[in-house]
Amino acid sequence: MQDGAILEMRNICKEFPGVRALQGVDFTLREGEIHALMGENGAGKSTLIKVLTGVHLKDSGQIYLKGNSKAVTIKSPQDAQKLGISTVYQEITLCPNLSVAENMYIGREKSFVQNWKNIHSDAEKVLKALDIPAKPTQQLASCSIAVQQMVAIARAVDMDCKVLILDEPTSSLDEQEVQKLFTLMRELKARGVGIIFVTHFLDQVYEVCDKITVLRDGKLVGEYEIKDLPRVQLVSKMLGKDLDDLSDIRSENAVYAEDKASAPVFEAEGLVSDAGIKPFDFSIRKGEVNGFTGLLGSGRSECVRAIFGADRVMGGTVKMNGKSVKISKPLDAMKHGIGYLPEDRKRDGIVGDLSVRENIILALQVKRGFFKPFTKAEANAFADQYIKLLGIKTASANTPIKSLSGGNQQKVILARWLLTNPEYLILDEPTRGIDVGTKIDIQKLVLKLASEGMSITFISSETDEMLRTCSRLIVMRDRKVVGELSGENLTQNMIMNTIAGGDEKQ
Amino acid sequence: MKSQSSTLKKPTSFFTWLIRRQIFIPIAALLLLALFNLIADPSFFKITLGYNSAGNPVLSGYLITILDYGSELAILAIGMTLVTAASGGQDISVGAAIAISGSVVLRVLCGTDSRPETLHAPIIVAFLISCVVAMLFGAFNGALVAFFKIQPMVATLILFTAGRSIAAWINNNELPIINEPSFGYFGGFIPGIPIPTPFFIAVACMIIVALALRFTNLGLYSQAVGVNNKSSRLNGLDPEWIKFLTFVILGLCVAVAGFIKVSRLSSINYSVIAKDIEMDAILAVALGGNALSGGKFSMSASILGAYVIQFLTTTLYKFDVQSDALSAYKAVVVIILVVLSAPIVREKLSALFKRLKLRQPSKEGC
Repeated sequence: MQDGAILEMRNICKEFPGVRALQGVDFTLREGEIHALMGENGAGKSTLIKVLTGVHLKDSGQIYLKGNSKAVTIKSPQDAQKLGISTVYQEITLCPNLSVAENMYIGREKSFVQNWKNIHSDAEKVLKALDIPAKPTQQLASCSIAVQQMVAIARAVDMDCKVLILDEPTSSLDEQEVQKLFTLMRELKARGVGIIFVTHFLDQVYEVCDKITVLRDGKLVGEYEIKDLPRVQLVSKMLGKDLDDLSDIRSENAVYAEDKASAPVFEAEGLVSDAGIKPFDFSIRKGEVNGFTGLLGSGRSECVRAIFGADRVMGGTVKMNGKSVKISKPLDAMKHGIGYLPEDRKRDGIVGDLSVRENIILALQVKRGFFKPFTKAEANAFADQYIKLLGIKTASANTPIKSLSGGNQQKVILARWLLTNPEYLILDEPTRGIDVGTKIDIQKLVLKLASEGMSITFISSETDEMLRTCSRLIVMRDRKVVGELSGENLTQNMIMNTIAGGDEKQ
Repeated sequence: MKSQSSTLKKPTSFFTWLIRRQIFIPIAALLLLALFNLIADPSFFKITLGYNSAGNPVLSGYLITILDYGSELAILAIGMTLVTAASGGQDISVGAAIAISGSVVLRVLCGTDSRPETLHAPIIVAFLISCVVAMLFGAFNGALVAFFKIQPMVATLILFTAGRSIAAWINNNELPIINEPSFGYFGGFIPGIPIPTPFFIAVACMIIVALALRFTNLGLYSQAVGVNNKSSRLNGLDPEWIKFLTFVILGLCVAVAGFIKVSRLSSINYSVIAKDIEMDAILAVALGGNALSGGKFSMSASILGAYVIQFLTTTLYKFDVQSDALSAYKAVVVIILVVLSAPIVREKLSALFKRLKLRQPSKEGC
């Protein structure tokens, strides 16, 4: 082991059916270090953490811990806890109906009988030492989320943890609470605890971390000192795009440049939802393809959800073809000719047990009304038409959608919205997790639909795709619109610079 | 070799096809029970035409009993299937709700007089009022489940506990008796027609629900909501209202079943009427191969499931099983049926057939 290291993971490999989630990843954590683990979705961050905490078993590789001469085997979360590895997740995993002290001591009784008398004074000491504003006798549910998280951390610290993993701890905290959490993290750092910090917020990484390890597509990109890695470079490493790679792939969409003189199909002003985004303005013209870009968690999905009325809309005005309209639920949006393909296909898109046919006609059927069901012949005709049009590979229209492959499921959801013949179609990550062939099919389809006059908002975490299809990009960072790029400015470099924040241009 | 396997394939794949069909389970259960009775005592299937005390022709026999007494269960199974599909839970208050709606019927017909000489209101009015009351109680359950997001079983536990007391309170804890013979037609026989009336009522309900499933989107919506609540919402559905609606529909089914029940007795016994019927109704849904966690359903399989349960009960009565031991016997049979119909067992069975199919041609090849 290296000097000062308390944890070394070497050459970790983990394979799931069909996915190589981790391929020979190394990771080193030193004493008294806050180490950011960065990467986009599917980069392997969570798999690495799950291997470390015993949720998943590694296929190969070694894990060394300070104080153990040999490589350790971690087979369960209990093993990890015994070895001094603790995790605090984004969602609180404590029991809200118990007191703070009970939460700190439950499930870790040394003998069968726990001396419950002392726990209040013991808890008091720990909380005081860490400067956590909570009383031991207080019910956990009555504390703020931030304090609950701190209690979880205090529990870990009191269990003598050497390695503390914080998995997206700040996503549900406000600015002040984040600062309190950082103070606590620095206190632990001074005590020599090694902290692995997983977050999507770049600002926070640069505020509190010492080192950054970047993963991409299950592989290690590298480990960097925070001062040696400016933001722009971090973003480019996460996205896997070289800064100097200026090859412009945006030749195709010049053909479909929209008519700038035409009036917007959809306009929003000061739109804000309860999902935690800052109010934003947005508009789209007939035949335009635009997109929201930004790192994961930057609020791009929340923006389009607000447009569609999928989250509770808290304010702002919306106009459709110049006329003021009210969209408070998805049905309103659908009636005004908006379609929305959600980001999480499995959770929000497909209706798993129902057939391909039922999944295709669902949206149009709902628009038509409860008392006007399509006849079997009509439904079959629609289904067959779109199965053929989009080349959906399915045994029959009667097959349950859940037995189709990801790409074909996505095509069914696309068919569902195309069938409603929307004026404005929102596609949130339509190409995620599907094969390359289908990806290209979908991009071509987007451009074709736009040339026929449909307005489309296209979101993808792959910048290539957005550059290829969109003529205007709205850039988001930390749940705020921070820029808009079009024409000349629409390049990889500009996107990365805007995502990273213009303060560190290199 | 090739032609051999293709000739072999046909019957096996037909069998697998049949096994995969949802309605296969209740059909298989029905056939098993029928077979058992055929071997044990073929007289089970005898139907005779006789005359009842009023001198009207009536058919009698065990099969008629099943059709007669299975009616209430079949009607309840209709509503329970919809509730299960949309909410992913069950209503355990239907027995108590039957007591309430039955009590309402008697209250309207008798007024405050527990032994009325003449009826205080037309029977149809009493029935319609009981429908409204039962639908209100259904709406109460539905509101708790849909808008307050309480688990269906917990939400309906309230009415399950309170229902029979409410029923008794409606009639001041008296047991009214109706002497008017025409009131008894609905739970017995209409003069001149030898088939029990409840069967006709059940068939009418089936036709109505079939029409509703055909001419509205009730089926598609309740299934979509049951399978994926979030995605349904994003497709413009209002999951809360649909869940609420299914509970109201179940309320209507309860009213019809309650009306038949009180008509059979021309009176009511608050603590005994429709006792444990909720469990039989839930069982009917399960026996129909419908997932109790909601989603896709087959209405015909549920209804058939209801008659299978009545078939079982009647069979047990015929073999002189004491009424208090009845549930124990029923439980054994139900365990077997439910385990056999569990998806995991069915998958294993399919796999077994596949393996048999694979083995056969290879043996011949050797």
